[in-house]
Amino acid sequence: MANISFTIKYWKQNGPKDKGHFDTHEMKNIPDDTSFLEMLDILNEELISAGKEPFVFDHDCREGICGMCSLYINGTPHGKTERGATTCQLYMRKFKNGDTITVEPWRSAGFPVIKDCMVDRTAFDKIMQAGGYTTVRTGQPQDANAILIPKADADEAMDCASCIGCGACVAACKNGSAMLFVSSKVSQLALLPQGKVEAARRAKNMIAKMDELGFGNCTNTRACEAVCPKCETISNIARLNREFIKAKLAD
Amino acid sequence: MWLINSSIGRKVVMSVTGIALVLFLTFHASMNVVALISAEGYNMICEFLGANWYAVVATLGLAALVALHFIFAIWLTLQNRKARGNNRYAVTDKPALVEWSSQNMLVLGIIVILGMGLHLYNFWYNMMYAELVHDPEMIAMATNGVYHIAKTFSCPVYTVIYMVWLAALWFHLNHGIWSSMQTLGWSGHIWFNRWKMIGTIYTTVIILMFAAVALAFAFGYVPCDMQAPACGGCLLG
Amino acid sequence: MAKTIDSRIPEGPVAEKWTNYKAHQKLVNPKNKRKLDIIVVGTGLAGASAAASLGEMGFHVLNFCIQDSPRRAHSIAAQGGINAAKNYQNDGDSVYRLFYDTVKGGDYRAREANVYRLAEVSNSIIDQCVAQGVPFAREYGGMLANRSFGGAQVSRTFYAKGQTGQQLLLGAYSALSCQVNAGTVKLYTRYEMLDVVLIDGRARGIIARNLITGDIERFAAHAVVIGTGGYGNAYFLSTNAMGCNCSAAIACYRKGAYFANPSYVQIHPTCIPVHGDKQSKLTLMSESLRNDGRIWVPKKLEDAKALQAGTKKGSEIPEADRDYYLERRYPAFGNLVPRDVASRAAKERCDKGYGVNNTGLAVFLDFSEAIRDFGKDTIAARYGNLFDMYEEITDVSPYNEPMMIYPAIHYTMGGVWVDYELQTSIKGLFAIGECNFSDHGANRLGASALMQGLADGYFVLPYTIQNYLADQITVPRFSTSLPEFDKAEKDVKDRIARLMNIKGKSSVDSIHKKLGHIMWDYVGMGRTAEGLQKGIQMIKELRKEFYTDLFIPQLEGVNTELEKALRLEDFFLMGLLVAHDALTRNESCGGHFREEYQTEEGEAKRDDENYFYVGCWEYQGDDEKDPVLYKEPLVYEAIKVQTRNYKS
Repeated sequence: MANISFTIKYWKQNGPKDKGHFDTHEMKNIPDDTSFLEMLDILNEELISAGKEPFVFDHDCREGICGMCSLYINGTPHGKTERGATTCQLYMRKFKNGDTITVEPWRSAGFPVIKDCMVDRTAFDKIMQAGGYTTVRTGQPQDANAILIPKADADEAMDCASCIGCGACVAACKNGSAMLFVSSKVSQLALLPQGKVEAARRAKNMIAKMDELGFGNCTNTRACEAVCPKCETISNIARLNREFIKAKLAD
Repeated sequence: MWLINSSIGRKVVMSVTGIALVLFLTFHASMNVVALISAEGYNMICEFLGANWYAVVATLGLAALVALHFIFAIWLTLQNRKARGNNRYAVTDKPALVEWSSQNMLVLGIIVILGMGLHLYNFWYNMMYAELVHDPEMIAMATNGVYHIAKTFSCPVYTVIYMVWLAALWFHLNHGIWSSMQTLGWSGHIWFNRWKMIGTIYTTVIILMFAAVALAFAFGYVPCDMQAPACGGCLLG
Repeated sequence: MAKTIDSRIPEGPVAEKWTNYKAHQKLVNPKNKRKLDIIVVGTGLAGASAAASLGEMGFHVLNFCIQDSPRRAHSIAAQGGINAAKNYQNDGDSVYRLFYDTVKGGDYRAREANVYRLAEVSNSIIDQCVAQGVPFAREYGGMLANRSFGGAQVSRTFYAKGQTGQQLLLGAYSALSCQVNAGTVKLYTRYEMLDVVLIDGRARGIIARNLITGDIERFAAHAVVIGTGGYGNAYFLSTNAMGCNCSAAIACYRKGAYFANPSYVQIHPTCIPVHGDKQSKLTLMSESLRNDGRIWVPKKLEDAKALQAGTKKGSEIPEADRDYYLERRYPAFGNLVPRDVASRAAKERCDKGYGVNNTGLAVFLDFSEAIRDFGKDTIAARYGNLFDMYEEITDVSPYNEPMMIYPAIHYTMGGVWVDYELQTSIKGLFAIGECNFSDHGANRLGASALMQGLADGYFVLPYTIQNYLADQITVPRFSTSLPEFDKAEKDVKDRIARLMNIKGKSSVDSIHKKLGHIMWDYVGMGRTAEGLQKGIQMIKELRKEFYTDLFIPQLEGVNTELEKALRLEDFFLMGLLVAHDALTRNESCGGHFREEYQTEEGEAKRDDENYFYVGCWEYQGDDEKDPVLYKEPLVYEAIKVQTRNYKS
């Protein structure tokens, strides 16, 4: 364990209309087993004790599953780690003494800034509401083992379902496309027999909603899968394309 | 119409027109190689294509494909820029996974289109156009494709420009082929790697075929059976 | 003091109570459902599933959460699994056995009828989730897979990798999304409930703060349901998310709802140990790891010293010098003893000086044998993501070195008191999920929290709330301009102004950390009467500091410090409640361990004669006044109360 000192450059923006700017702060002797978010806690402690406004960012579970964190660190959503991880799982040992660390919000038309690095991701909820479900009445289903599902399908559906809806894919995409997010949900349900009944409707409605909300088109740059903290792949996008084209051709 | 109204639909148009153009390029490249083997053979093809109704229809079709591919590209790009929002990141770090070409398809495409303009001026204008307008001066050489090849590549500037053009085309197709299959949904954990491999090999072969013809003529190669040497004689005698 | 607490348990044998209840309860007809509004606060497993089910039934639901999306509720972080009495493994499981295990696991302090109902509906939960497309783990034959969990001798836990909570929550969230789309549920994200509004003694609405604009807004309904989770963050360091708070529950408590069994706090045995004073939270390593991992400390003190000094690694200590203390003390259950037992055993070893990290507060969880027996790939398939997470945090790979773990605050069994219908002592106010107290007694078994949250939300509340609402159909929608709303809103605004005007120097977190230390040291794993009294004093003193030295930036709109300050003010009250309950309960049971009450072997010593009750605390109108205790006697008809035994 060692301590490091560095400069942090963080985005301040008061609401979606504000132009926004960077503030900088010198961080001294931060233990390298501090997580990135804990480092930001320290930053805020220091700002508060200096009578300044704290830096606002979204965070919650701090174990990489809630998908609340949304920081673009040194040019990478969630910051760079060896394997997929969210900002809360990024530790200061990944940085060097004397670094300048730049922290920005997700920048995408679909995610307007609320304040500083806190962005509005309700668009994702709206896409989900358009069809990210199977319509099933509470308490009425058949026995769980009545539908046998091959292990390989169940496992792959699980991988698709691991998406945490953080929006890193949109943030990384030069087109502001939400295809990886949408495709992960569509894929999960398309792989399972329970989801097949509404598959066509789901693909069409979710894509229509995604387009309506102003997300961009997928141009297969793979930036999304490169930064996805849950390692979702563009195979999902291919599956979504397939489902969508199939649905449209069937019409 | 979903091909116009939905993001995936618009991408499907890009993909299908792209694949059609790749098929055209395949034909074109195969045809060019003939020029290396036999000038007579190549000129026969040129004559066959000439300004016959089917060739003209095919040309118009091709033009329509290019136009569609290009217009949709511009359209998508404008939409994507809008989706990106007005604020740009101060720092960006491109992940290793991301191919440079995939993020610059429009630029590559524009280079390809500019190169195509030149190409049309060098060849199509002298060949099919000449026949179409019955230009008495040009018509004599209109079906002598080898003549035009040799003439064009005798100029080093053209050769260099064509090489740059082919390089851009390589990058464009190297991403474009797997990307089109991905867009059509024919991809997955396994097929993704296959298409990438197929795309790279296919692109490289096609571009090599084009480049071989261009370079061969640039370095003075003349097919043995070339009948009407226009610039210099048959080196091999 | 002679107040009787009536839990309104239906007549009949325990196995028939729920069926009888449903057969005779009052229902609301479909046409009337549309006229009734229900506020559901919280979108975790309980809140989301309740909102979705109520919406689907036809009620008009208003659903609130503090996060930016319902999917972020902390249920998402549950790793291990969900129990159900399906007996898919043919190992002799049954509803009764799940019921029995849960009651026993809860150290005979749970309400029998509630637990039986929980076990009864557990199977429907699995069916429901599978139909929603929850990708539970499966066997090669396509059937659902199970694993075993602490406190059970059967494999009844369904799981989705180490992300079961996530998958179940996303299932509930999708059901909720479906209802939002259908227009039956209206979502209010980034809203925080600050008060419940009572009209003629019934809950009729809430006051909530819009976390973006900072506006205080009013919402009216025929009934209010809170599913806002537990109060673990009173300890500052816990496995809860940063935003987890008990403010909604405390708001209800301040309005007169009883708070039951606050001292039952679960300390989870397998968390990554604390590493420094800048740490903001503790990370849980799923209990499922205890299926294959073996817990040990060195037998020799000098080995422990070397480990603490960092001169030796765990893998270097020979097999013969390892003390697998859980297997030694509890041969029948071994590493799979319930959480409270495992936690106390770890503390006991560390207190004796056998701790294995630099602070001396950690034990090993070792997979070397499992890797040897089953191969690295099998272990990676089972726990890969947990191992990766561990390595990300600690920079040590569990494939090569044993994991280090230590107990941490994880779950709170105590909560808002509810009757059999999940109704609090305030009419029209319901509490579901971790937020209520009813099903886990003094200790919760692994994989039971998800079961309870979903049972309450999908299968219990949607029925029982109708029994209340049936006679409300003639009550017209309330106007939010009634004087009761005026007053509640004014109270909230005054409270905010009071905190904003302290203008001191200390940040909310710095005070919260201090509260956490007091709670952990004096109201934590090993409690004494003396320590608790001291703890109460210290909390009160710290609260004075809070009221004089707090700093909140004067901001309009988003003000995260204000949000935290409001929550912290409630944590003070909560901390005192925990301490008072712990001080009154002169026995050790489950998550509540009083050092004065233990056997010679160091096991918890219950006192069924004097403490066989639910402790219900009533607010006395002022934060400064001590709460008053009422007792709901426990009545066991089906199960014979025994000393818990995990030895044989």
